[in-house]
Amino acid sequence: MTDTTNMSAKELLGFYQEELYEEARRAKKEGKLVCWSASVAPSEFCVAMDIAMIYPETHAAGIGARKGALDVLEVADEKGYNVDTCSYARVNMGYMELLKQEALTGKTPEKLEKSPAARIPLPDLVITCNNICNTLLKWYENLAVELNIPLIIIDVPFNHTMPIPQYSKDYIAEQFKNAISQLEEICGRKFDYDKFLKVQEQTQRSVAQWNRIASLSSHKPSPLNGFDLFNYMALIVCARSRDYAEITFKKFADELEENLKNGIFAFKGNEQKRVTWEGIAVWPHLGHTFKGLKNLGNIMTGSAYPGLWNLSYTPGDMSSMAEAYTRIYINTCLDNKVKVLSDIISGGKCDGVIYHQNRSCKLMSFLNVETADILQKQNHLPYVSFDGDQTDPRNFAPAQFDTRIQALDEMMKQNKEGVSNE
Amino acid sequence: MFTMGIDIGSSSSKVVILEDGFNIIAGEVIQIGTGSTGPKRVLDEALSKSSLKLQDMARIIATGYGRSSVDEAHKQISEISCQAKGVFFLVPSAKVIIDIGGQDVKAIKLDSKGCVKQFFMNDKCAAGTGRFLDVMSRVLEVNLNEMAEYDSRATEPATVSSTCTVFAESEVISQLSNGVAKENIIAGVHQSVASKACGLAYRCGVEEDIVMCGGVAKDEGVVRAISKELKKPVIVAPNPQITAALGAAIFAFEEVMGTNK
Repeated sequence: MTDTTNMSAKELLGFYQEELYEEARRAKKEGKLVCWSASVAPSEFCVAMDIAMIYPETHAAGIGARKGALDVLEVADEKGYNVDTCSYARVNMGYMELLKQEALTGKTPEKLEKSPAARIPLPDLVITCNNICNTLLKWYENLAVELNIPLIIIDVPFNHTMPIPQYSKDYIAEQFKNAISQLEEICGRKFDYDKFLKVQEQTQRSVAQWNRIASLSSHKPSPLNGFDLFNYMALIVCARSRDYAEITFKKFADELEENLKNGIFAFKGNEQKRVTWEGIAVWPHLGHTFKGLKNLGNIMTGSAYPGLWNLSYTPGDMSSMAEAYTRIYINTCLDNKVKVLSDIISGGKCDGVIYHQNRSCKLMSFLNVETADILQKQNHLPYVSFDGDQTDPRNFAPAQFDTRIQALDEMMKQNKEGVSNE
Repeated sequence: MFTMGIDIGSSSSKVVILEDGFNIIAGEVIQIGTGSTGPKRVLDEALSKSSLKLQDMARIIATGYGRSSVDEAHKQISEISCQAKGVFFLVPSAKVIIDIGGQDVKAIKLDSKGCVKQFFMNDKCAAGTGRFLDVMSRVLEVNLNEMAEYDSRATEPATVSSTCTVFAESEVISQLSNGVAKENIIAGVHQSVASKACGLAYRCGVEEDIVMCGGVAKDEGVVRAISKELKKPVIVAPNPQITAALGAAIFAFEEVMGTNK
């Protein structure tokens, strides 16, 4: 067993990510169950039943960041998936198709062979939850049909009004019960409620450390760059119900607090302006977007995206857990979305906002025009939006991005220096 | 003291040489943009016309799509800020700028000091840009500089509804083959450009004075169509293709003088 005691947070992040994939591959070899899961579907049930977990959204983001998305997107195109469909879904459906071809023919397709992403095993079951979008329903239905495997759906109603009504929480808690009985049938054994409670407690410890990291961006200058959260996000998605996430996040938060104490900040040099980034990262162009901001003296200190996994609840209380999994800001009305984002912007002490117009993520993007308009009336901060995509590299034009963020930078500068009179 | 603004766009290159922050010594345009010989040629032409040398420039600022590839520049500023600066210098009453260039359409809202309050640009699609008009002019076999005249003779503007330049091209071809007069098609093309630009202007909040700049502002047909759509007069900036380069030259002057915060 590898000794992780002296590892840095960054090393732990890499180590545990690989470890999770290795565990899934090992589970498959040993004939144990492997589940593919939506990123904000409750992980607690499967982990309590010792099922190895793979998260296609994180896997797709990894493929995108390693510049391997086009190959698998083409496979999805050939299967007839429309380019308007979420690119995480298309990357995953393309990848699944390659794995399926390999399983059926015994030959590894060339595109799978040269894919830069971690190899993942095919699932024995899939679990999804529509608390972040409805594409996930059809995506996972397709996986289940293509592979002829069981599908667990946790249906979470959209919150058209806030606060979340009790009947909604009751309904979701019933969905949880249903998922448990499906799992008992799939696993052929009774659900382990004692272990489930322990897994819930572990999840809460992971979430607490995650929130501890996120809160550090409120310091000015900030010890944390929001882009780091995009990287560490892999573990809040894939390992929040394991101690891997807690260990890594605690280490990272400790490192950042130590840096803060010693006057070491995320922006090397002098952080000049702070921005909120609304939306998913542009994984295939992560370096370009990061450097583009950095070269202008800007640091990202606000992002609502990592907050999707602020899944705080009371272990043992199904209603409380239901609430945590339904209050995700993109599953709530515009008023609440605006409020959440407003808190992110003020919490990060931001000077401007960048909206990623990402047609892959309809729920996050399609309300951006209205959200931006409302927020600007409230906070008078400049904003820009740019066209991009989370994993399809074809939907992002670097020069278009650069012009917009340079103009935003100039507007923030004129505001800060009091040149503008409004 | 001389300062220079260089605006390298996607389809044209512009240089302005400014004396003491207000006197335009040279304002040159070459109708080819970044990656071509345009940037060097326009620079040479501006220097030659003004009988000045590059060393005479106290500061040089580049803007536009190709701003990062201008080795002579001391600094780059976005074309949004430069357009605002240049247009406000020429038309101090400007509140909204509509800038249509080779690949971008922009609506820029100014505050009373001429600072950028907000701006909106076209996204992925190049419909409604100068390049769109280029394509239509080729299909219609009418020179770009004759399109306004054709438009003025239109009796019943045709509808060009496709949002995509390629599809709009097919639409225009089929109208031509159906015998629709070029005058009416061109008026339809202009309306199509206007509707894209006005969509962005409405998001900014339309407030007079509205000033148009960019190469497309030289097409009076587009200006008329925009004015009709907004139901407000539209002022065309003097020499509308060089406004961003002018803004860059003013920024350069302000930086030398230490007046640009």
